[in-house]
Amino acid sequence: MKVSFKWLQEYVDIDITPEELADRLTNAGVTVEYIEYLNKGITGVVVGEVLEAVKHPNAEKLSLCQVTTDGDNHFQVVCGAPNVRTGQKIPFALVGAELPGGLKIEKAKLRGTESQGMICSAQELGIKDEGLTADQKEGILDLDPAAPLGVDIIEYLRLDDCVLEFDLTPNRSDCLSVINIAREVAALLGKQVKFPEIKFSEIDKKIEDLAQVEIKDSNLCRRYVAKVVEGVQIKPSPQWLKHKLICAGMRPINNVVDITNYVLMEMGQPLHAFDYNYLSAGKIIVRKAEKGEKITTLDENERELKEDILLITDPQKAVGIAGVMGGLNSEVTQETTTVLIESAYFNPNSIRKTSTNLGLRSEASLRFEKGINIETVVDAANRTAQLLAELADGKVLKGIIDNYPNPIERTIIKLELTKVNEVLGTNIEDQQIKEILSSLNIDIIEEIGSVITVEIPPYRPDITIAEDLVEEVARLSGYDKIPTTLPFGASSKGQKTLEQKLRDKIIDTIAARGLTEVINFSFINKTNFDKLLLSPEDMRRQAIPVLNPLSEEQGYMRTTLFPGLLETLRRNINRRSENLGIFELGKIYLPQGFPEKSILPLEKWILGIALRGELASNWQDKTQPVDFYYLKGIVENLLEQLKITDILFKPCQDSPLYHPGRSAYVYVSGEILGIIGEIHPQVTDNYDLPARNYAAELDVEVLLKLGHGPIKFKQLPKYPAVHRDLALVVKEEITSSQLMEVIRTQGGDLLSDVTIFDLYKGNQIALDYKSLAFALTFQAEDRTLTDKEINDIHEKIQKALAEKFQASLRS
Amino acid sequence: MKEQLEKIKLEAKKALDHAKNIEELNDLKVKYLGKKGELTQVLRGMGQLSAEERPIIGQLANEVRDELNAILEEQMKLIKKAEQKQKLNLETIDITLPGKSFSRGTKHPLTQVIEEAKQIFMGLGFQIAEGPEIETDYYNFEALNLPKDHPARDMQDTFYITPEVVLRTHTSPVQVRSMEKLNPEVPVKIICPGKVYRKDDDATHSPMFHQIEGLVIDHGIRMSDLKGVLLVFAQQMFGSDRKIRFRPSYFPFTEPSAEVDVSCGICSGNGCKSCSYTGWLEILGSGMVHPNVLKYGGYDPTKVTGFAFGMGVERIAMLKYGITDMRLLFENDIRFLQQF
Repeated sequence: MKVSFKWLQEYVDIDITPEELADRLTNAGVTVEYIEYLNKGITGVVVGEVLEAVKHPNAEKLSLCQVTTDGDNHFQVVCGAPNVRTGQKIPFALVGAELPGGLKIEKAKLRGTESQGMICSAQELGIKDEGLTADQKEGILDLDPAAPLGVDIIEYLRLDDCVLEFDLTPNRSDCLSVINIAREVAALLGKQVKFPEIKFSEIDKKIEDLAQVEIKDSNLCRRYVAKVVEGVQIKPSPQWLKHKLICAGMRPINNVVDITNYVLMEMGQPLHAFDYNYLSAGKIIVRKAEKGEKITTLDENERELKEDILLITDPQKAVGIAGVMGGLNSEVTQETTTVLIESAYFNPNSIRKTSTNLGLRSEASLRFEKGINIETVVDAANRTAQLLAELADGKVLKGIIDNYPNPIERTIIKLELTKVNEVLGTNIEDQQIKEILSSLNIDIIEEIGSVITVEIPPYRPDITIAEDLVEEVARLSGYDKIPTTLPFGASSKGQKTLEQKLRDKIIDTIAARGLTEVINFSFINKTNFDKLLLSPEDMRRQAIPVLNPLSEEQGYMRTTLFPGLLETLRRNINRRSENLGIFELGKIYLPQGFPEKSILPLEKWILGIALRGELASNWQDKTQPVDFYYLKGIVENLLEQLKITDILFKPCQDSPLYHPGRSAYVYVSGEILGIIGEIHPQVTDNYDLPARNYAAELDVEVLLKLGHGPIKFKQLPKYPAVHRDLALVVKEEITSSQLMEVIRTQGGDLLSDVTIFDLYKGNQIALDYKSLAFALTFQAEDRTLTDKEINDIHEKIQKALAEKFQASLRS
Repeated sequence: MKEQLEKIKLEAKKALDHAKNIEELNDLKVKYLGKKGELTQVLRGMGQLSAEERPIIGQLANEVRDELNAILEEQMKLIKKAEQKQKLNLETIDITLPGKSFSRGTKHPLTQVIEEAKQIFMGLGFQIAEGPEIETDYYNFEALNLPKDHPARDMQDTFYITPEVVLRTHTSPVQVRSMEKLNPEVPVKIICPGKVYRKDDDATHSPMFHQIEGLVIDHGIRMSDLKGVLLVFAQQMFGSDRKIRFRPSYFPFTEPSAEVDVSCGICSGNGCKSCSYTGWLEILGSGMVHPNVLKYGGYDPTKVTGFAFGMGVERIAMLKYGITDMRLLFENDIRFLQQF
């Protein structure tokens, strides 16, 4: 909503600056977003007349003009505009004038001819586009032939004004009316609203003899008022009216259309003017559309209508879509002489549905769908008739048709005055509360003790309950008057759930390993499933589609974190970051019977990790590419941090995402936690990634089940530990965990720790064999172990390994 | 003999003074003070002295020995020190070479902001609540006083999964979900951080973003309490010199409603480019819980009142860190993320 400041001043005395007013309104919840001053720096420009315009003797595209500003004096001016012509009224910048942008007009010689001043274009004057014809935009600004000579252009074009641009909340659509804004201003400044006087004379001819209105659906059309004006002269509107519309962002068209727009802006009542001669039998019938019914609207689009759309029709045809747009067949044209003015109240929801359905938003539908003031429907029709009489030489027929089958009662609300301070925490006196309500025309109709009963004015449909009244008091007395306190009730414990703590710990632990946390969108492109080589029956293909995505890229809810992680790798590589360690803790979304068997899908927290490139290196160490074991170390470290000990890595050969020889299922306490491994080279290719990328997806829920056991202190050992090494040669296919298991079993309680410190393959041992070196630590809690004890265990271990795996000691 | 002793003393002193290293010193020790040393030789001749002379010479000899021993020890120390110094000198390294590098992992700035907010509100006695991102129309709209044809549904462009299921457009559905779980217990004091979705994509909007919802319900909760809690939050999040401002606004689920601004930290509220010369930056929407919403949650609006607020985490992060384009937060450029 945009309003000329001067227009607003016509309805209420404003004795503060536009800026101050904007602040007051904004602080009362009617936000003024912007103030635009129309005079962008013009001085010395007046209305002039082109007495003569001839071709410049030395230049093809220039004209040589004689301009006067008082009828006597002539100025010779060279003008380059194509639309300059004899007899035109134009904005004329005299020598010494200044234009927006600091341009100063001086005497000049152009192609050998003296030029004393400049004929200005709209753009040079910094004027808004809205009111301009294409011709006016291209060339000089062609003024009304009636414009008075010599008058300062600022005064003539009303540029000593500014436009307040409002950003209204949906509940305050009452302020889509200049008068209602004036009401708000009056309440804030303690003034009275000056309503326009609606007064006009009527001819003897009666409206009933010419027109009839029938409402067939009184639920969708609560009130329909008609007024008929004949002898109308279609012509341009006067400058003052054009100015107000232009400020409001509307394009002036002709006086009749402009007047309906003017009253729309002024009173917030959408109006429509029909050319009476195109209404069959002068009869308006308000009804729903019939199946397959069509109408061509003012914008020259033919539209097929759904059956629940409300139409304005005559006995033969549809002449408008109620509240949204009129029909082309009854449009006011240059030939129109008699108009039927429609002023009505349509059901807000119905208008909203219609305009959404048709994708048609108009100034009218915007207001109807928020609910207009049903009590000013008649006033608005009369106001329109008055202006048609004043500005279009119209003769107003006697009487008015007012079809209002079921009058709507005003809203009545009871308010316990103490509630105001109880809700706000303020200390506002009862008297002040009542004064504030009364300044908003909220009348107290009953007062019993501290309970008042009030009646809400019909232009404020947003006020329906006592809390709404509390807000009215709060915003008028000022939100800054609300003090700052803290709740004083029973104390409560601030805490996270175990799961939240666990997730925070996971993020901390992985970040501490040097990985960077990323956040990817929850939606993915369906093409990812092919890129990830998922089989047709893979559950991850059952992703939940978004009905109305922004694009195909965001068409489905993710069922795996892979697409986001891999695309993040790709994006960073494109930006020359090639050594990457990233992770994401986010949800995947699985149907799990949705929507047939479950109200909502399953949302599952997953930890995703992706690694590639080289480890952090420096001048001391050789760079080393990350590998499976680097990723595995991160996962093991996390599990250790979460005190999870029962861990098993099993080769994973059946996941399409991973390298079949370099990936593993991670089991904790027998449950699958997830898969880690090198990403399948084909997948890598599909995401256009250079070789060797590693990833993991782990189920946070499994970690939650097992991972938050209490920490229990264990006594530090009192007796010394003894270290022994064991270097074995075994067949290549024997895994370290197979050997480890035997060592642990045979070692028993006295073997307190085993680690692997070397792996060797090469020419010192036979082909197909490898050497693995273990460091064994023996320790007892209650005594110092003897050499014999240790030797015995060590031998037992060796023997078992030799039996089971033909393991020999490395010589 | 006395002259002999004096001579040895002089000679030895001179030699010790000139000794260059530990070995020379050890040689000198043997030469003068050892079992076959010169001083010992002299003392062996003591037997030939008279009874009167013997103590005098004996004392003198002891003095010489002690003196030489002292000098020897002193020299020993000096030389050791010098030798160590030389050794250390040789071991000097270039300490300007870079240290061993460890890759520094970082948490996403949004995670960091959420974590900070959680800490602030937990300090005020709030519990952390959660709810689904794929949400029913009922919790996302209807129970928040937004029936099907409510005009304010236009305020939010919604992604639909089915006609009755949406991607939640705000964290507010957790309000009613929490109330249903807790009623009739009071106080209810929760915040809910999480992802939300709207059909919007430009420099200041992302189709997925994060919000933190807050809800307090108790007997006698006032709008001034909302102001107090948010002031604590703003000052802890942005700095203790910050102020907050309430402006009337509209949300279907609160009444009265307020938009909350925090004073601009760049210009201290005097007005600058960052705050569009207003001195204030909008950070969140809030208000007193609408009686209908309390009813949906199973609370009696004549007995309890409450306040609620919702803030955009991206907005807070952008203000806190001076980030100018929201899209940076979801591009996951490692060079961006590692700044936090």
